[in-house]
Amino acid sequence: MTRVLPIATVLAVLFVLWYAGAVWMNSKWTLAQAERQGVELSFSEIVADTMRQDRPRLPPPHQVAVELKKTVIDKKVTSKRSLVFHGWITLSATLMGFALGTVTGILMAVSIVYSRVMNMSLMPWAIISQTIPIVAIAPMIILVLSLMGVEERAVPKAIISAYLCYFPVLVGMVKGLRSPDAMQLDLLNTYGASGWASFWKLRFPSSVPYLFTSLKIGIAAALVGTIVGELPTGAKRGLGARILIGDQFGNPIMIWSALIAAACLAGALVSIVAVLQGVTMKRMGFAR
Amino acid sequence: MALIGFALVFWLAMWGLNTWIAASFWHGTRGARLVVPVVFGVTILVVWECLVRGLGVSPIILPTPTAIGTKFAAETGTLWVDFRQTALKGAVSGYFIGCSAAFGVALAIDRNPFLQRGLLPIGNFVAALPIVGTAPILVNWFGFDWHSKAAVVVVMVFFPVLVNTVQGLADNTAMQRDLMRTYSADYWQTLLKLRLPAAMPFIFNGLKISTTLALIGAIVAEYFGSPTRGMGFRISTEVGRLGLDMVWAEIAVAAIAGSVFYGAVALLEKGVTFWHPSQRG
Repeated sequence: MTRVLPIATVLAVLFVLWYAGAVWMNSKWTLAQAERQGVELSFSEIVADTMRQDRPRLPPPHQVAVELKKTVIDKKVTSKRSLVFHGWITLSATLMGFALGTVTGILMAVSIVYSRVMNMSLMPWAIISQTIPIVAIAPMIILVLSLMGVEERAVPKAIISAYLCYFPVLVGMVKGLRSPDAMQLDLLNTYGASGWASFWKLRFPSSVPYLFTSLKIGIAAALVGTIVGELPTGAKRGLGARILIGDQFGNPIMIWSALIAAACLAGALVSIVAVLQGVTMKRMGFAR
Repeated sequence: MALIGFALVFWLAMWGLNTWIAASFWHGTRGARLVVPVVFGVTILVVWECLVRGLGVSPIILPTPTAIGTKFAAETGTLWVDFRQTALKGAVSGYFIGCSAAFGVALAIDRNPFLQRGLLPIGNFVAALPIVGTAPILVNWFGFDWHSKAAVVVVMVFFPVLVNTVQGLADNTAMQRDLMRTYSADYWQTLLKLRLPAAMPFIFNGLKISTTLALIGAIVAEYFGSPTRGMGFRISTEVGRLGLDMVWAEIAVAAIAGSVFYGAVALLEKGVTFWHPSQRG
């Protein structure tokens, strides 16, 4: 109860602010409309009108909720207007990019931990690679891949999300693989353990907590990457494309519902990784 | 064919050089730590140049580094105008507004444990959301010029800085706080002398994450409408005209801007948190 009450209060305040903002931002249009027709509106009439405009500047929550119900529950999943369909397109690209980024990150981390050359030459560039804004590269990746004849639209998106997702995994795994202390490594040396055995029996298991922490950041980053990959490219399918189309057709309700859907997706993905983390840690004996 | 062979030989030679430096007596020195990554980067550029020429890759797919360099030198004027529009006006101003707002809100939350328990989980959740998606909405609200780009940047950097600052302000032990109390320090003295300095590593963590986010936000927002200048605008129009050398020149500008921005914050961090174990290495 002590945890739920504050969160619920803050959420309630946010809702009130959202409604207030909707009234404030939409009322300009209402007033302009009334002035043109030469009618005086009372305050309650203005408020009522701001709640049901077709193209509000800020759609109030209930309009977004109605749109969400219409596109998530009422439409068939296979329909092009169903948000579940678009969410699935985004989700599959995200998972591809996440898998690609995680594997790349882990492989790079292993080579960095085991080779001093790699550590010295690769690590600075990995850091620099993250200061390059990926969105600058995104339209070009898509263009080049389509020129090279890659038809699958998910591939460029997956590459972009892998680019955003590999770095947290790399940093976490380097830390994790280096976390066993000298005493533990020495013990394995006295057992005459091979490098292979000491990797699987000591370094890898002790890096798992770090890995999961990075995976939670990584999957959120992968989703951001996919949506960024859909935004500037004229994609027709996916949550990012819904935002883009909503913008082109001047339909803010559509943008907002796609945003809420993306937020739910992000929340779900992070929670799934968190649950996996809990289960794995318990089975491995890390339980608190 | 000769070029491809040269690329291979050059790569092997440089790899050997780096291996030798890393195994040598000087591997721990400052010079070696600088030389090795530079050699690595130069190798990639040379191999890229030779492979693109040797294999006859179309400049529409991948231009050579020299072509990009020539374009960069020829179009410095345009690149500077774009840089000023996107990086200086959009990203940096938004970054300052967003970070100071987040810092202020964090201080306010910090005084009230109820708000802390309510806002922190929500802030953590929002920090993981794809906030770039709000770009079209904010462009719609604030118009096409740099104000809307700054607004997107404000929203993007706000939550990482907020969450990190609140966490940082909580990062002190009961013993330290008790000591301040025995000195009869009031709230502001405790804040300035103990809690803010202790929070600095966390705050800078958030600030560093935000530098990249700021540039991403400013560039994405330009895809949704901008005046006829700006890095995002130039990239999307040049991609449409297949002017890939100009796109790469803009990417180079973005990379330099991002690295300098990050480096500046990291340098500031080094000065402010010189006492922290991670800086003493």
